[in-house]
Amino acid sequence: MRLHRSLTTLALASGLFAATNALAAPETYKVDETHSFVNFSISHLGYSFLKGRFNDLAGSFVYDADKPETNAITMEVKTASIDSNHAERDKHLRSKDFLNVDKYPVATFKTTAFEPNGDDGVLTGDLTLHGVTKPIKVDVTFVGAGKDPWGGYRRGYSGKTTIKRSDWGMTYNLGPAAETMELEFVIEGMRQ
Amino acid sequence: MWKSTTHRYGIIARLLHWSMALLLAALFVLGWWATELTYYDPLYRIIPNLHRSLGVLAALLIVLRLAWLVVDRRPAPSAAASRWERMAAQSGHALLYLLMVLVPLSGYLMSTADGRGVDMFGLFELPALLGPSSGREEWAGRAHYLLAFGGAWLVLLHVAAAFKHQFIDRDGTLRKMVG
Repeated sequence: MRLHRSLTTLALASGLFAATNALAAPETYKVDETHSFVNFSISHLGYSFLKGRFNDLAGSFVYDADKPETNAITMEVKTASIDSNHAERDKHLRSKDFLNVDKYPVATFKTTAFEPNGDDGVLTGDLTLHGVTKPIKVDVTFVGAGKDPWGGYRRGYSGKTTIKRSDWGMTYNLGPAAETMELEFVIEGMRQ
Repeated sequence: MWKSTTHRYGIIARLLHWSMALLLAALFVLGWWATELTYYDPLYRIIPNLHRSLGVLAALLIVLRLAWLVVDRRPAPSAAASRWERMAAQSGHALLYLLMVLVPLSGYLMSTADGRGVDMFGLFELPALLGPSSGREEWAGRAHYLLAFGGAWLVLLHVAAAFKHQFIDRDGTLRKMVG
């Protein structure tokens, strides 16, 4: 009886192990652009913040529960889709003074390393913006994962980083408080 | 006196012509200047606001001017002018009128692309008649730029033609609008 029980436990455990193993293969997620956001926040004169976002984005990421250090994301943003809730300002931000979207229509991020910390971690990658490619580190927070009500499986993260505009060649003077800006990402992926 | 005669423009036509000449020159300078201002310039907010406000004024004036054009008769073209010169003058004037409508219109469409109105001299707001439209500020802005510069070249041609009539043909053209 006791032997039987332990055998059952063993069988159950190995079955579970097999199931975990099967699940742990690298999963590819397509970024759901209607539930993902690339936001920016920059100081206005040091007295407040200007917030905006890029509306046209696409990307995908790979998630591997067994080897989280191989988790990686690639994102692409159309720079002309900048939206700061003011048409004339957006026009200025698209001009040569800032993003120069005619010359640099796309900004990309490509992962080079991921340092897991539980479900969260620090993402390192190359940010190409305004024709300049430079490494950045993004603090990533796991938000949640699970089935959606429509038969799919989703996984979401948020991320934050601070960049210096001039590192990417955008030197238009907006005052000392606006040399750096914060980028905030909310990325929801649909498992493929 | 108020209306034009066969050989000279009336007071109303002259007032409209010269006030708009001054206004359009100022708008051209202000518009260019507005795009060159840096963020910390004390005039960074003033110049674009002044340009928009005066632009709306120019739009009102061109409406009045076109209305007056229907009522008023224009002086006869110079007797010295050939058939093609008359046609060139007529189409040039028509094009100037068209641009005086399209330039403020494109500016308005650009400024109101996010569905917000245009502040007028800080006194009241000219409402946005169309809803917000993503990307409209780009094509309307491009049109505004090209039409304004096209208009500026056409004004130079207009001035050159007037001087040519006055000083080369010596047909007294300037006296129709001056003196």
